[in-house]
Amino acid sequence: MSSEPKKEAVEKKPEDSKPTNDKTTEKPAATKPAPKKVPPKEEPELPAFEKGIADKIIENFGEKTTISFVKPDRVGIKVGRDAVHDVAEFARDVLNYDHVDSVSGVDYPADKEIEVVYHLSSYTDPTLSRQILELATRAQREDKPIPGNDATRLPSLRDIFYSVEFHEREVFEMLGVYFEGHPDNRRLLLPEDWADLPPLRKDFRNKGR
Amino acid sequence: MSTPILPPGLAIQKADERIMTLNVGPQHPGSGHMRIIVQIDGDYIVACDPDPGYVHRGEEKMAEYRNYVLNVPHLERPVIHDSCNVLYPYVLGVEELLGLEVTERAKYIRVIAAELNRCVYTMYWLAIYGIFLGHSTMFMWPAGDRELLIDLLEKMTGARVTHSYFIPGGIRNDLPANFEDVCLRQVNYFEKRIKEYADVFYENPILISRTEKTGVLTRENAIRLGTTGSVLRASGVDYDVRKKEPYDVYDELDFETNVMKSGDSYARSRIPWLDMMESCRIIRDALQKMPKSGSVRVKLKPNPKGGFDSVYKRVESGRGALGCYIVSDKKPEPYRVKLSVPSFRNLIALPHLLIGEKLGNMPSTYWSLNYWPVEADR
Amino acid sequence: MLKDLITSQNANVFVGKLGDILEKAIDKPLGYAINWGRIWSLWPVHIETACCSVEFGAASSPRYDVERFGIIEAFGSLRQCDLVVVQGTITRKMAPRLRLVYDQMPEPKYVIAMGACAITGGLYFDSYNVLPGIDGILPVDVYVPGCPPRPETLIQGCMLLQEKIKRMKARKFV
Repeated sequence: MSSEPKKEAVEKKPEDSKPTNDKTTEKPAATKPAPKKVPPKEEPELPAFEKGIADKIIENFGEKTTISFVKPDRVGIKVGRDAVHDVAEFARDVLNYDHVDSVSGVDYPADKEIEVVYHLSSYTDPTLSRQILELATRAQREDKPIPGNDATRLPSLRDIFYSVEFHEREVFEMLGVYFEGHPDNRRLLLPEDWADLPPLRKDFRNKGR
Repeated sequence: MSTPILPPGLAIQKADERIMTLNVGPQHPGSGHMRIIVQIDGDYIVACDPDPGYVHRGEEKMAEYRNYVLNVPHLERPVIHDSCNVLYPYVLGVEELLGLEVTERAKYIRVIAAELNRCVYTMYWLAIYGIFLGHSTMFMWPAGDRELLIDLLEKMTGARVTHSYFIPGGIRNDLPANFEDVCLRQVNYFEKRIKEYADVFYENPILISRTEKTGVLTRENAIRLGTTGSVLRASGVDYDVRKKEPYDVYDELDFETNVMKSGDSYARSRIPWLDMMESCRIIRDALQKMPKSGSVRVKLKPNPKGGFDSVYKRVESGRGALGCYIVSDKKPEPYRVKLSVPSFRNLIALPHLLIGEKLGNMPSTYWSLNYWPVEADR
Repeated sequence: MLKDLITSQNANVFVGKLGDILEKAIDKPLGYAINWGRIWSLWPVHIETACCSVEFGAASSPRYDVERFGIIEAFGSLRQCDLVVVQGTITRKMAPRLRLVYDQMPEPKYVIAMGACAITGGLYFDSYNVLPGIDGILPVDVYVPGCPPRPETLIQGCMLLQEKIKRMKARKFV
């Protein structure tokens, strides 16, 4: 458990890693209760298991991937844009993750990037039933977006995980990230005549706010 | 038709001579708040395109303007009759971000409230399922019986459906006096009552002939499509977040998960009903094991400073695994809140179930997905 | 005699006047009868727009049983309906559909705005996709506040609407 805060220190934003370092020492205290209830002997093993998953990915993909955190039951991997397809394929075929829980887009205007986070999980592999693998990848962000026709693009994972189909459509309309190889990049939730910025971008402001 | 005044999605599409395009919804007794565009050849569905978004209210964007506690009321609105469960992952996530440890009594009360809420949700779902099948008794019985549990929740929280009961750090208020006895009595009666549904609904030959072997989702497809909850368990995958990744005190409680193999509409409609009986079991067990006194709420800590932090929490709601992904930049407001809702995840299965089915089976198949449109749209 | 009075030019005028006279003479009893019929057979359209539909469903459940007040459960087609209960939030995508539904209904028709979202936008006052109340698209007769309103509140709103219809002139739509 003592090795865990060090792993966590590598945050999403590398330049902020110093201040988080001392703060995140509280974090294991918060995450402990969940595994505490399960047989207590398992507790030291859990982070090792998650570290094994992270190490396997790092071994295979080297500098294209970085570990952003290893917490009990959660592994966060940051993947470059061009490697995300391969890493996802590796996660499905070798690590036995079989579906995607959620796909979230997060806008980082300061970095000029949009992060798309895939939460992978598994139904079939009993050892992975508690685990969530976070694959985070970043697309270039443009200040004046033309959704679908600008450089904000990522490879689609639909051919690997079929379950991302609607999630990626949602990210496309909410953040303007075009998924290359997705067969059906249509609008899903927003009204048909929506002509404003994609609403979940940080520069889109709700009226009156 | 006066096409110019119509928004593009409403324009009538020209179809093939044989193939007819039907817009089922958003005003249709068999669709609820969404539109299902189906193409039919004779009586058989050949293509299906779900069109959600009629209740898209921008909850995730709104969450970025409110602080962590003020987000509680509006984040439970997606499923107001399952409001405890839909709020659960958010509250757990905020507690993990702040490093709060909730008291034991609060955890038990949360579990009781969540299970009561699951029953309330399932009863409403069952009532509407009765309407979709043209079974009026099955609307009246569950709609009447769920009021019993709503009374209990009202005693507990003060509101009929929108409880805002779970807050970061515990629950809002302690149980009223004498709640345990009333709860036990009501739950026992409720369980006896729902067992009678077998006679009128689940063993009813008309229902069985209408739903059996329709809308079959195989085990492989259920996994591949990432479905969750009752849809997944009806297809033979034993996965329940309460068992697999227990949160709060679920690992100390005694219950089973229900799994059926057939994966048809009948199995999908039966699983939530069986789950309700397990919920009654959980509530009784929790009432017994709950500490009889103690604090139910811990004081919130100040937000830690500096850098980004994220958390992904999931719970088992009335419809399936419900995840909440919170990104915090250590400001009073969350940087991003994403709800990964089971309805939205199950929606992808709809075209797979409907293609090749008869149009008449559409309402029962659609509603057996345990779908709540407001939640899917957020 | 009468035949001479009615020529091809003034026929319509005369008949129109006759209708006017007739209506004025029997306005009260006929209007009462027509309104009586309207009051006790209000058919709501089956259009759910947001989460308030849960409480609308609860209002027709055995405990609250809105049917005993003459509000029939929402199972019919919209061509035979005369009441729109706007059950909650109206989003920008739903608004044209709601108006379309309202336009297709036969006269006379009444609108109940149920819940804070339908009245002012409610909790979603600052959302990018929610209308700030439905006044802009539909003429509302009764506002039922609450988030969501309890079934009792909805029933009270329906009874207020019945009171309103009772005082309306039936002639307008005859």
